Formats: sequence, C-alpha cells, structure tokens
Amino acid sequence: MNEKTKNALLSIVASLVCIVIGLLVGFIILYCINAENAVDGFTRIIKGGFYLKPKGIGSEIAQSAPLIMTGLSVAFAFKTGLFNIGAAGQYTVGVFGALYFAIILHMPWYVCLLAAMVCGAIWGAVPGIFKAYFNVNEVITSIMFNWIGLYLVNELMYNTIPGMYDQKTTRTYKLSSASPKSLIPDCGMNSIFRTSSTTIAIFIAIAIAVIIYIVLNKTTFGYELKACGFNKDAAKYAGINEKRNVVLSMTIAGALAGIGAGLYFLSGASEWNPQVSTALPAIGFNGIPVALLALSNPIGVIFAALFVAHISVGGAYLPTKYYQPEIADLIVAVIIYLCAFVTLFKGIVANLFKSKKEQKANANADNGKEEKK
Amino acid sequence: MENEYIIEMLNITKEFPGIKANDNITLQLKKGEIHALLGENGAGKSTLMSILFGLYQPTSGIIKKNGQEVHINTPNDANDLNIGMVHQHFKLVECFSVLDNIILGVEPTKGLFLEKKNARAKVMELSEKYGLMVDPDALISDITVGMQQRTEILKMLYRDNEVLIFDEPTAVLTPQEIDELMKIMKNLAKEGKSILFITHKLNEIMEVADRCTILRKGKYIGTVNISETSKEELSRMMVGRNVSFSVNKKPSKPGDTVLKVEHMTVPSKVHGNNAVKDVSFNVRKGEIVCIAGIDGNGQSEFVQGLTGLEKVSGGKILFNGQDITKASIRDRSKMGMSHIPEDRHKHGLVLDYSIEQNMVLQRYWQPEFESFGFIKSKAVREYAERLIEQYDVRSGQGPVTITRSMSGGNQQKAIIAREIDKDPDLLVAVQPTRGLDVGAIEYIHSQLVAQRDKGKAVLLVSLELDEVMDVSDRILVMYEGELVGQLDPKTVSVEELGLYMAGAKRDPVPEEV
Repeated sequence: MNEKTKNALLSIVASLVCIVIGLLVGFIILYCINAENAVDGFTRIIKGGFYLKPKGIGSEIAQSAPLIMTGLSVAFAFKTGLFNIGAAGQYTVGVFGALYFAIILHMPWYVCLLAAMVCGAIWGAVPGIFKAYFNVNEVITSIMFNWIGLYLVNELMYNTIPGMYDQKTTRTYKLSSASPKSLIPDCGMNSIFRTSSTTIAIFIAIAIAVIIYIVLNKTTFGYELKACGFNKDAAKYAGINEKRNVVLSMTIAGALAGIGAGLYFLSGASEWNPQVSTALPAIGFNGIPVALLALSNPIGVIFAALFVAHISVGGAYLPTKYYQPEIADLIVAVIIYLCAFVTLFKGIVANLFKSKKEQKANANADNGKEEKK
Repeated sequence: MENEYIIEMLNITKEFPGIKANDNITLQLKKGEIHALLGENGAGKSTLMSILFGLYQPTSGIIKKNGQEVHINTPNDANDLNIGMVHQHFKLVECFSVLDNIILGVEPTKGLFLEKKNARAKVMELSEKYGLMVDPDALISDITVGMQQRTEILKMLYRDNEVLIFDEPTAVLTPQEIDELMKIMKNLAKEGKSILFITHKLNEIMEVADRCTILRKGKYIGTVNISETSKEELSRMMVGRNVSFSVNKKPSKPGDTVLKVEHMTVPSKVHGNNAVKDVSFNVRKGEIVCIAGIDGNGQSEFVQGLTGLEKVSGGKILFNGQDITKASIRDRSKMGMSHIPEDRHKHGLVLDYSIEQNMVLQRYWQPEFESFGFIKSKAVREYAERLIEQYDVRSGQGPVTITRSMSGGNQQKAIIAREIDKDPDLLVAVQPTRGLDVGAIEYIHSQLVAQRDKGKAVLLVSLELDEVMDVSDRILVMYEGELVGQLDPKTVSVEELGLYMAGAKRDPVPEEV
C-alpha cells in the first residue's frame, strides 16, 4: 500500500468517526430534551429521506445538488490555499442570474444555469482580485461581498426590476407558471419520487464534481493551483503566475457556487423572498462543513453533501409534538458542526497508528540504502 | 571509584519493521569529553540519539548512566537523568524573551505568580560562567540564530543537565558563530559537562572533539581518538571508501559571455538601504564563478534579483545577449537559466507534492509532459524514474514518495537533478551543499564541474570557504552588497580571502574579464 492510498483510507476513517461522534452528540441532545421519544426521533434523523419514501428521497436528492456545488466551491478554493467563505454570497448572486434569465428573459434552463454561473464567478472574482493585487485577505472581502450581494439582489428583485416579484406570494414568480422551459428537466423523476423538484440537477452536480476532480489531479492547471496552495514561494520560483491563479481559483469557486444556486432554483425547489431573505442562504454556508468533511476531495464532496442533505431532511421529520421545530435545525447543526472537526479527528486517528507508522517511516529514511540493495 | 563513563549505550539494536536502523551499536561517553558522532545522512545517528533521548525504545541492548542501568521511556526520563538536547531546529517561542524561554516548563513560582528574580540571577551566572553573553530580556525573534542556539544551550544548563547532545549545531551558523560555538563547547567540557556532538563536518570534529564514534549504514564502525587520526581516515570510515577533498578538475577554458550584470541594484526588504549596490560582472561559458561572502551581505537579494524572484531597482542583466532585467521567472527559465535555491524548503520544493511532481516543477508545461492541458502522468513517471536512477535520489517509495518524508540530502539531490537535467546555459547554485554529508558534497561538486566541462556557465554562491576555494575558477567577494574583489582561487590564500570577506581589504572589480 503506498502513502497515497494509506492517506485516503485515513481520511475516510476520520470522516466516518466524525459523523458517528456528531450523531452521538445529536442523540444526547435529543435525550436531554425528551428522553422517551429520543430513540424514535433519532431513528427519523438517521433514516433521513428514507423515513418518508419516496418523497423524502426525492427531496434529499434535490437538496444534495446545490450542496455538492457549494461544497465544491469551498473545496476548490481550499486546494489553492484560499478560504472561500463567500460561497453564500456567490450563491445568492447566482440566484439572481438564474431567475432574471428565467422570469424576465424566458431563456431555456441551460442558459439560465450559465447566467447563474457567470454571476457567481463575478462575485468570486472580486475577492480574488483584491487578494492577488492588493493583498487584502479573501476572508474579509468574501464576507463583505456576502452581504453586499444579498442586499443588492433583494433590492434588484423587489424594487429595481419589475416583473420578478409576485405581490401575492411575496416571492419571485413560480417558474412552473412564469417560464416552464426554464425548469431543469426531471426525466420522470418527479413522478417516481412524487415530488415537484427532483430533477437531473443531481447528475449535473456529480458530473461537475468529477470534472473538478480531473482538473485538480490530471491537468497542468490543477498542478499549478495546488502548487500555489501548498507552497506559494515554490510556485513563484517555478515561474507560476500565482496572482493570476488566485484570481482564477476564486472565480471558479464563485462559478461553482453560482451553478449551485441555478441547480436549486431552476429545479423549482423554492422561490426567492426578497423581503424576508435578510439572512444568507444556509446552503452557501453548509458548503464549508461539506468541504471540510470531504477533506476538500471533490469526489468526497459528493458523499459529504449527500450525508448533510440526508440528515437535514431527516431533521424535518422529527415529531413536532415532542420537539420544537427549531430542535431539528439544532441537531442537524450540531452534527454538521462536528463534521468540521474532521482534520482534528484525522490527527487523532493518525496518532493511533502513529507509533507503528512513524517508526517505519523513520526506518525507511534511515536505511534507504540498505533497502535499495 | 567513580565510573569512567557517564553514559554507556551498550550493544544497542533498533529494528523497525524489515530494517535494522541500529545494529549492535556501542557508544561510551566519558565524563567531561566532547564525543563526536559521525555518519552519513541515514547512517542511524538520529535513531541512536532518539533512543538516548527516550523517543524510541531499543529492540535490544542497554543504557547505563554512571554504571547503573537505566530505562529511558520518555524525554522526561531523559530530563530527569540530566540529559539535554539542542535540536537542529530550535524549540523556542519566538515572541518570548530569552529568559522566558529558558524557564519555560520549569517556571519558578511564588503562589500564583512567576518569580523570575532568582531565575534571572541563575541565567546571568551561567551565561557569565560559560561565556555565552546572552541578553535575557531580548526577544527571540530579534536575536540572531547563533544567539538563539545559545538560548537553547542555556536551557540545558539551567536544568543542570550533565549530558548535552548537539544535533548538527553548526548547520545554521555563520563561520564566526561556528568558531564561537566551538569555544563554548570546549568551555562546557572543561567545566565537566559531557557533550555528544552529531555532525558530518570533519573540520569541526578535528577541532573540538576528543573522541569520535563512526556509524555507517546502521552499523558501528569504530571509536577513535581524534589526536591519533586524520580527516582522511575519518571520512574513509564514514563513507567506506576514499573521499577526495580537493575537487578534481582540469583548468577551465572560458568561452563567450553568458551572463552580464551591469550596475545591478536591489533594494533591501529589511532596511531602507539597498541590499545590492551597483554590482557589475560577467560569467562566461565553461567557468565556475563563485560569489563568496559572509552570510547576509546581499548575496540572497542578488540571487533573487538575478533569477526574477524580486525586482531590481537599477542596472541591467544581459543573458546570452538579451536584456532580461524585466523578464518573468518563467521566461528566464525558458531561456536557459536554472536555479538551485538557497532554501530548498521555501523555494526549491513543494514538500507536499510527490517526488515525481517536484521533478517536473520547472517543466510540467513543456510538450513532453503536457497535452491539451492534461499532464502526461506516464511521461512524468518515466522522467522521474530516470532522474532518480541517474542522480541516485533515495526515497522510501520511489517516484510517489511525498517529498516531505525524504531526508534533506535526497531532497537536495532531487533539486539538483531537476535543475541540471534542464541542461541550462547558466546554472545558479546557491549554497548547494548546505547541511549535506561529505559523500553528497563530493557528488554535487563533481556535478557542478561536469556542467562547466560541458561548456555551461555556473554561478555558485557559497558561504563555505572550502567550497569557494575548491570548486570555483574565479572568486568574486561580496561585502555589504558590493563586489569588493576578484580573486583567483589558485593564487589567493584562505586568510587573504577572509580579509576581503570581512571588508578589511578591497580592490576595484573589472567589469570585463
């Protein structure tokens, strides 16, 4: 077994340990609030969408798609050594792009999706430019751009652009009536799952994850990005334009978050409420734990997003008789929160095997010559 | 009668799965002596010291202190037995004062409060006694590497350690600091401390050590009295063959000018003045030009300006006749400039990349390794395997080894393989043998000479006087950012070179040779 496989196994074990501990803490909280129904409630969370087949599975799939994208957005930036905390803002601006092209311009879904991507990309590029050329920390600019994006989008939809906001529902117009051709095709999945928003978005998201994996691991572009992430000085020494790469990395991260917004809203899963939406969308922020849980591996992001969507859906099935609706969010949040500890657990898991492994590594280093013989 | 030996490691064997890192090694340290432990990279020195310091348990063999068998299971046990160690990379808190670092872990307290008065007195006394002259209130981040090392030494003394282990202490020091360290070590031994000195620098052993134990490939080769041995014998015992100290080379036959630097000026990052001032010289095909000087006289900034890592504020650089003063790093590389950087961890390698990924760091974009934006992983693998074979880069798992896990010598060999294999017109080598053992140094020197004999230009920047004298065809001395002399290594003496390096002597340097 070489170092790479060993490391991959270690990562998977660490992520699983994380999930188990997160679930355990979730159970303890349920137990403290209402001991009698804790087991029942916990089972519902674990079962997730499978508790209410097939509708639950359908909504789980629908929720996973945007989560995969925001997870990828954060993970991609991590690989270049950047922390994209602005996925929520890029997602929000992406929502505007998608809905404007759908409701106002009546474009087909793929054009709307591209619009969402471009909007997200622009919103990611700005912090990247600030980081590369003015040395402003991307975390600060990203956070500010989250809020600028949110209020800008609300203003545009509510006041500036007539025809997007439906006074009756206090939300943007429903795509199914306003522009049916802007809806991502469901290929019969809605009837299978008896839902209204289960579309091929999930396959698009998975395909993009695979593409990102290939870009990072097989291309010269990915090689450069990762070199910048691991060691900026060495990248510069090798003649890599690290400033350009920082901007590109943030732009792509923003584009990924934007696509996430497109996949969700163009599936008809929800409409934007400019008056109430004074909080940034959770899907944007949940990209961070998804990326952490996946240890920034694009393929891992798929599974991490499925898991987070799974328990989020499960949380909705908690019996409201015994648990306040907020409790579901709390439990899910605790589990997601603990997922963020994955690197810590990786260290602990590695330590468990350390004595054995390290000795071997040292011996290898010490006696490389003899080995060669 | 008191036992002659303070520490005895008898028949120590340490087996790791499949490998014997130490095979029946015996090391006896006399009270009050300086005992050198000599061996190539990977000979088992670190493993042996880790056993003494409680980081590893020996598979077999015993450790005795003052004739009594002891078990050292953790570094704390070692501490209790008054064994202290100065690690190669210091363990100091940068933003703490010297005094705070010394008492860290054994803080004297009065109730809930620190009681530093006695500690300060003790530190001052120790500092005086051993001639360490450290300011207890200076911040670690403000003092030189040499002073930081003295702080480490004071840490051991403060804990009343009797056995002091120095792990390659001179690797990070300037020649002056090395001289002072040697004096300090002799002082410590005179006062009854017993010193284990891990190194592969033979000059230092000859200068300070009383006895020397040599390891090779995990095996015990012997212990010799320094007064009865010679450098040649020591290196033969260490490497297992004769090592030539003088580099074999024919007289150089310089050809056309490859590099021409005119009035180059580079601003300093540390202070307001220029780090490199109005430097002009040239390098021709088939010669090794060496820039000598004491560390911190502008050599680093000069190299950064030359290779494009930093912008120059004045002057011109002509490479093969073309003006490259404003060219990008990539363009300079494409035009045939190779750079073996000073700091292999900061610039030379992406440590978290595998060795094969690092091998193509300067050429991954060439058609040989890239098609339609994709890396040809098979070509990369084959290329890396060839370099590993050809340049004898040793690693645990071949091309996929993560570079971080490799020994420093092999990391450096990988960089040298990569830079030389580019077949550059100009090879800029900055301290290429820093921290390497004699076998590796001999190899790297022969590679530099081979480049020269192929008709390439080599610009060597070195702090090692032996290297400057042996390898170069022409010496330029840099002092406070200026070139203060051009010397011929065949006629100049080391003493005279030293005078130029210290700024005591200077001649105008001709721009054309």
